[in-house]
Amino acid sequence: MGFFIAQILTGLANASALFMVASGLSLIFGVTRIVNFAHGSFYMLGAYVGYSFMQVLPGAWGFWTSILLAGLVVGIIGIVVEMLVLRPVYKAPELFQLVATFGVILVVQDLTLLIWGADDFLGPRAPGLKGIIRIMGEPVPKYDLALIALTPFVAFALWWLITKTRTGILVRAATQDREMVGALGVNQAWLFTGVFFLGCALAGLGGAVQLPKGGADLLMDFNILSAIFVVVVIGGMGSLPGAYVAAVLISVLNVFGVNYLPQSTLALMFVVMVVVLIFRPFGLFGREEVAGEHGQVGEPERPIKPAGQTARMIVMAGLVLLAFLPLIGDSFLLVLITDIAIFCLFAASLHFLLGLGGLVSFGHAAYFGGGAYAAALLVTYAGTPMELALILAPLAAGLTAIIFGWVCLRLTGVYFAMLTLAFAQLLWSLVFQWGDFTGGDDGLVDIWPSEWASGTTTFYYLALVLCIGGIIILRHTAHAPFGYALRGARDSARQAEATGINTKHVQWVAFGFAGAMAGIAGGLFVFSKGSIFPNELEIARSFDALIVVFLGGVKTLAGGVVGGAALEGAKDYITRFEYWRLLLGLLIIFVVIVAPDGIAGTLRKWAEKIGLMKREDQA
Amino acid sequence: MLEIKGINSFYGKAHVLNDLSFDVARGQVVALLGRNGAGKTTTMKSVMQLVVPQTGSVTFQDIDITRMPPHKVAKMGLGYVPEERRIFTDLTVMENLEVGRQPEREGTVKWSEDMLFDMFPNLAERRTNRGKELSGGEQQMLTIARTLMGNPSLILLDEPSEGIAPVIVEEMARVILRLKKDGLTVLLSEQNLHFAQAVADRVVIVESGTAKYKGTLAELNAQPDVRDTYLSV
Repeated sequence: MGFFIAQILTGLANASALFMVASGLSLIFGVTRIVNFAHGSFYMLGAYVGYSFMQVLPGAWGFWTSILLAGLVVGIIGIVVEMLVLRPVYKAPELFQLVATFGVILVVQDLTLLIWGADDFLGPRAPGLKGIIRIMGEPVPKYDLALIALTPFVAFALWWLITKTRTGILVRAATQDREMVGALGVNQAWLFTGVFFLGCALAGLGGAVQLPKGGADLLMDFNILSAIFVVVVIGGMGSLPGAYVAAVLISVLNVFGVNYLPQSTLALMFVVMVVVLIFRPFGLFGREEVAGEHGQVGEPERPIKPAGQTARMIVMAGLVLLAFLPLIGDSFLLVLITDIAIFCLFAASLHFLLGLGGLVSFGHAAYFGGGAYAAALLVTYAGTPMELALILAPLAAGLTAIIFGWVCLRLTGVYFAMLTLAFAQLLWSLVFQWGDFTGGDDGLVDIWPSEWASGTTTFYYLALVLCIGGIIILRHTAHAPFGYALRGARDSARQAEATGINTKHVQWVAFGFAGAMAGIAGGLFVFSKGSIFPNELEIARSFDALIVVFLGGVKTLAGGVVGGAALEGAKDYITRFEYWRLLLGLLIIFVVIVAPDGIAGTLRKWAEKIGLMKREDQA
Repeated sequence: MLEIKGINSFYGKAHVLNDLSFDVARGQVVALLGRNGAGKTTTMKSVMQLVVPQTGSVTFQDIDITRMPPHKVAKMGLGYVPEERRIFTDLTVMENLEVGRQPEREGTVKWSEDMLFDMFPNLAERRTNRGKELSGGEQQMLTIARTLMGNPSLILLDEPSEGIAPVIVEEMARVILRLKKDGLTVLLSEQNLHFAQAVADRVVIVESGTAKYKGTLAELNAQPDVRDTYLSV
């Protein structure tokens, strides 16, 4: 019994920081409708800033002041980010905002490294709360009890602010109809900035308050990210009581998980999330997202048409060049192009879902890594030859996508994105923690192509044929009736339904198809590298693909391929710089704000300007 | 008081307002009449700068408000009551009024919740109800009350009689006349000529985004052909 209670207390204490960070995220989403992926970064900054203050300010007074100051400083950093990065993209489509906040993550990561260095900091213990108290014989840290006592005050203060004050009323009104609030004389720009300040300050507080338990390190941002998203989604986007209940639920479950099911700790919260969303699609306390409320803004989508003569010629010339490349290039170049081709197919498969289907999947790495792992496992355990493995990899990835898609497609918008992310994380944690079977963190090694394809040049041709073939099939599907149906479902689900298209079914098939295509890329990847590690299933991998599709241009059919080639090619050079994340982050933010059409879209506009391509309205 | 001079407004590529010009004088009730799609709502939004006119100007109390952010336009004393009502459905009646609250303004009536509940007795009984629990007519009343909390000197009413019961339409007319008596200037858009007849001093008829007719109500009544051409009575 004592053990049981001690476990619950630990869970409640862990929930404290989680709640602060998650409620900040929830608040920001509720008002600005921006899913702030950089929220984990503000949490990390809170820990570092708090740590620095604690080095200077002595005693118990200094400890708690440091925590408050950390919140304040991080809130102010939040204001700067809001004004510089988010203000220009409030009216842009959701994906642009996500990518912009992802750029912020990269920038913050490198700035933190620059300022505080690469070493982890052990958090100072709270003065006056260093010991433990025995509750029914079980030791409970005093600091845990302080956190448990503190959280209700934070929660109450927030609740009071939101429900009882004029600011809170305005915030809730803006959650529902920003434009109307503006038309009634409220400067909503400052309201947004204020909310962003508060949300970031909460994240900073959370980061600082957990210092005695977890310290500060450079992985904190991504480590908490999935947890806070799970909390916000389970609780319901924008709901504070929901965030509290969900934070407690997740933390307590996690503590028990560590004791009873140590293999499943990472997967557990995603399982809970999936179960909750199946029964309550908008979270425990959430309300239905009104579709189309923040949909496509700006220039209307151009109709997609098959490539014109000029474009075909350019592509043909490129292909001929690629075909003769082994005659002129060295093996380093061939390996690089192989990598690029594989990545292009991966990106193109996501672009298919995202651009044509309007299905913003945050977990596309699941199918890339899934295909790769399927091939690797077959080789390792069944001695499957490469040829068969390359056929089975897309089948396995496609099947996974069909299963995941069945659940994910019940939801739309942000919830859909979160659910795809959760499934990808589920798969990742499964691979990561089931070491006996998957090799865990050590991955699976010694997976090489068949004898005939083991030469660099031969494998280059093999990869090229499969990847270009896959891309052509994806493109062809866009122009096939199925592609029309998919785009119809994207643009107006109701109208598509009314013309007899089973939109959910079409989207489901598309999801499986894109998954299978990513699986081909994954299969090729594992044979080109000879090994596979869980990081191919990580969030960061999914985001790589998202960024590439975005940089390439969402609205252009070639976007995925162009972006994939550009980024994978540039990565080889850019990663030689010490602070390449900073560069890439700034580049991403720059593109979001200045050239939101992406590379392919911007090129097309230039081409139209100088008369290389005909404009739509003249054609 | 409000001068609209040659404005051209667009939705994407659709040219909705085409060199539209008309004035609203202080203390008057002007009715903007026209068929569906004539550009009445866009006119209202263009005055509020919710749709920014590409050319032309909107002047309010001798100040050019073109391209001013909507919240500043509202702060100058322009009150906007949108067609779709757009009350905050998750907020209570009292909270909805709070959102509209603005500081007192010289030369306008200073509205308080009690005065508004006096004018809209139905709302008084529902002050702690959420917006989504109100009937259509009550929601319409709340939208007007919410805008009045900003103590405007000119109020834009976009189709106030649309989609509400005839009894409420009558009450609406009564409210508008009462506001006029208090010195408020009103620009309202209508498809319902009878409603306009009851409240308006002057009418502007819009068709394809252009003012086809401007004059007093009496003048319009003397020209049945104009009525028949532009209005489907």
